[in-house]
Amino acid sequence: MSAAWKTALALLGSVAATPLLAQDAGRDWAITNARVVIGDGSAPIERGTVVVRGGKVIAAGADVAVPAGVRTIDARGGWVTPGLFVAVTNLGLVDVEQVTESSDESADTAQFNAALDVAPAINPLSQQIAVSRAGGITRAAIAPSSSTAIFAGQGAVIDLATDGTPITSARAFQYVELGEAGAALAGGSRISAHAALRNALGEAQGFATRSHDAMLTRADAAALIPVVTGKQQLLVHVERAQDIRMVLALRTEFPSLKLVIVGASEGWLVAREIAAAGVPVIASPLNDLPAQFETLAATQSNVGRMTAAGVKVAIGKLSNNDQPRWAPQYAGNLVALNKVPGAKGLSWGQAFATISSIPAEILGLGDRFGSLKPGRAGDLVIWDGDPLEVTSGVIAVYIDGVEQPLSNHQTRLRERYRTPAEGSLPKAYDW
Amino acid sequence: MNRNLTARILASVAGLALLASSGGAGAAKPKDQSAAAKAAMEINKNPYPSTYQRYGGPPTALVGATVYDGAGGRIDNGVVLFAEGRVVAVGGADLAIPAGYSRIDGTGKFVTPGIIDTHSHLGDYPSPSVAAHQDGNEMTDPITPQVWAEHSVWPQDPGFSRAMANGGITALQILPGSGNLMGGRSVTLKNVPSRTVQGMKFPAAPYGMKMACGENPKRVYGEKGRLPSTRMGNFALNRTNWIKAQEYRTKRNEGKLETRDLAMETLAGVLDGEILVHNHCYRADEMALVLDMAKEFGYKVSSFHHAVESYKIGDLLKAAGTCSSIWADWWGFKMESYDGIPENAALLQQAGACVVIHSDDENGIQRLNQEAAKAQADGRRAGIQIADADVIRWLTLNPAIAMGIDKQTGSLAPGKMADVVLWNGNPLSVYSRPEKVWIDGALMFDGNDPKRRAVSDFELGQPGEGDVK
Repeated sequence: MSAAWKTALALLGSVAATPLLAQDAGRDWAITNARVVIGDGSAPIERGTVVVRGGKVIAAGADVAVPAGVRTIDARGGWVTPGLFVAVTNLGLVDVEQVTESSDESADTAQFNAALDVAPAINPLSQQIAVSRAGGITRAAIAPSSSTAIFAGQGAVIDLATDGTPITSARAFQYVELGEAGAALAGGSRISAHAALRNALGEAQGFATRSHDAMLTRADAAALIPVVTGKQQLLVHVERAQDIRMVLALRTEFPSLKLVIVGASEGWLVAREIAAAGVPVIASPLNDLPAQFETLAATQSNVGRMTAAGVKVAIGKLSNNDQPRWAPQYAGNLVALNKVPGAKGLSWGQAFATISSIPAEILGLGDRFGSLKPGRAGDLVIWDGDPLEVTSGVIAVYIDGVEQPLSNHQTRLRERYRTPAEGSLPKAYDW
Repeated sequence: MNRNLTARILASVAGLALLASSGGAGAAKPKDQSAAAKAAMEINKNPYPSTYQRYGGPPTALVGATVYDGAGGRIDNGVVLFAEGRVVAVGGADLAIPAGYSRIDGTGKFVTPGIIDTHSHLGDYPSPSVAAHQDGNEMTDPITPQVWAEHSVWPQDPGFSRAMANGGITALQILPGSGNLMGGRSVTLKNVPSRTVQGMKFPAAPYGMKMACGENPKRVYGEKGRLPSTRMGNFALNRTNWIKAQEYRTKRNEGKLETRDLAMETLAGVLDGEILVHNHCYRADEMALVLDMAKEFGYKVSSFHHAVESYKIGDLLKAAGTCSSIWADWWGFKMESYDGIPENAALLQQAGACVVIHSDDENGIQRLNQEAAKAQADGRRAGIQIADADVIRWLTLNPAIAMGIDKQTGSLAPGKMADVVLWNGNPLSVYSRPEKVWIDGALMFDGNDPKRRAVSDFELGQPGEGDVK
């Protein structure tokens, strides 16, 4: 048994032995003797302390005193990090991807597109959320999937807590497809996709004076007003270098657009242009294959090269069998590249930030989530080892300072089938 | 990833009409039955033979690394000797290095046998994943044991090089897809670039046959309004064809065949024990039924694939001697994967059943070592301790056994193929990558030498050519 595992067991015991009292008392606590990861790109702090009061972080670091009367958890050298923030996923919209009855991700015969709003469909009791929470994810940016038009609709930022109020930020962004997928949705070409985009933004700009031959429904055009006025971010999925350039160029026509590029497998080819435009990127982390003609130049060094060029890069776009809970593994792989000759990776701190503070900042929520700086939500994870290492696991998860359950369908099955054979009664009675 | 799985099923359906309209003109039966029958009886079982020949390399001594031999052994500060394409000796620091060997210092590094994937679609669903490349599922009929994956494999798939550089893959089985109940023959390849698929074929590897349970076949054919549209339909059609195969085999053994039948030749090969069954199957209850079907007709399932519920029947799988080729923790993307758990591998190992970590994915094949490490750690947290050396076996000797190539490769034993990976750190860590990869003793990847990195024809002259990937 490893030392880390012993620590994990001890920690579990101490956490379980401290029942939560009233809500507020439960949201006041401190973790001491921890390897503390702030999440802002800095290196881990040895023997650090984190203090949470009223569900918010009030201090984290090496020389932090625990206020008198605050319940203390001794991490015994274990790792404490901000909860992971996964940007662009479908958690809460889907129980089982290929069971269409269980999925609210796309709407193939819907009347609307840009007006679609994921918030009412988020199901906080979905097992996809429960399993992701057990993997250390506490917040996520949820996007719908385009199905009848280039516009997918409006995404939300959610928490993964069990309290039944998952929405952190409704209508947080609009999501649009402009690469190969956008071309197919717009009638068969990038040309038609760009025409559809310009027409839609134009109709939103002229919403008050819309003519009878407007192509968008009133609701869709209205939904794009905050996009074209810069009040709502526009997440644009493109992969090809030239598609990225065309997205950056949109601001010459629509100067208020708040753009975020999603995907960007060929981003490294135009990294300096992206950096100069000040447009952040939510990148697919490890694409290295010409999976489509729009990703011919894909390489695992993409994130490292863009970051080195000054682009603000989060990793994300993780759904279904590109599971959100694999985000730390992907970040760890970017660290691994530092040992590969010719490759460009990230430092450990940078890599962790791509799944914590940077996605929060890109979504405009960096002052509330994604790090353990004072004033941030008490979204914390205690790990039994280096959180980017595939052999490490989650010991405890807190959201807004409240400890969360980690059991789910998978843990229950594991317990039932520790031995496969039926006992004195069938397995169905073993629960 | 899953997008591709779905696309594999759907894209082939789109090609249906075209295929159906071009078929139909079958060859006329020769009138001279006796002469034709005689010719037909002389079946060449290897009409597309391997032309692979090992590339050169000096006698090599890997010194000072932690060595996992693939069979469950571990030697710290070990020595691995190979020459003329074969492992010569594996031992501790005291193993004498003969004259003429070039020494490679592996201090702080790790050595394993080449990684082997039992389940890949590189070449038959190659990158780029355009409609014209969907060559893995002959979804015009649920029973197609007559198709051979090697006739679909595109050797220029850039995925082969990524699998080697990032995953240390030296051998892999290319399977037909899972749209059909009997999907056709697999082909086992050495992961060496070649102009032809024959140049990649693993010498003397047995053929496999792909079968599929559950949702895929019943969905694909149910949507066409034909058998099978249910799980019971799946079994009925399988059994109907096994009965035909038994009758065919009896006639063949009695010398009474009049014509050749490619489909029946494959099925009879399974009944003869020459062709190994690789059965895509998720649910425990269905796997148990398949094991009975195999008994009913007298064949063995070499490995279930995906098998997310194997942990529920580890005892049955152990008794059948059937491996489970599984992911570490895929789950919940289709109904029959809803009970997948990350402790699947560990619970199987605890039950004494054969565990193989597979990919079924052009990205996952680059990280099988990480997947094995995850599965090991998930077991440890559930109280199941599995030694690192046994976990490496999930990627090496066990897949070799499932594919019937364990006498040639899969472990570092004297006389076996020198398929070897030198890792720049512990392979059971996210932070480690292959530094050098040898196939039959030839250095086919070297992280320190950009020219020892395969670049496929497709990539030449295109953005990213020769880049580190």
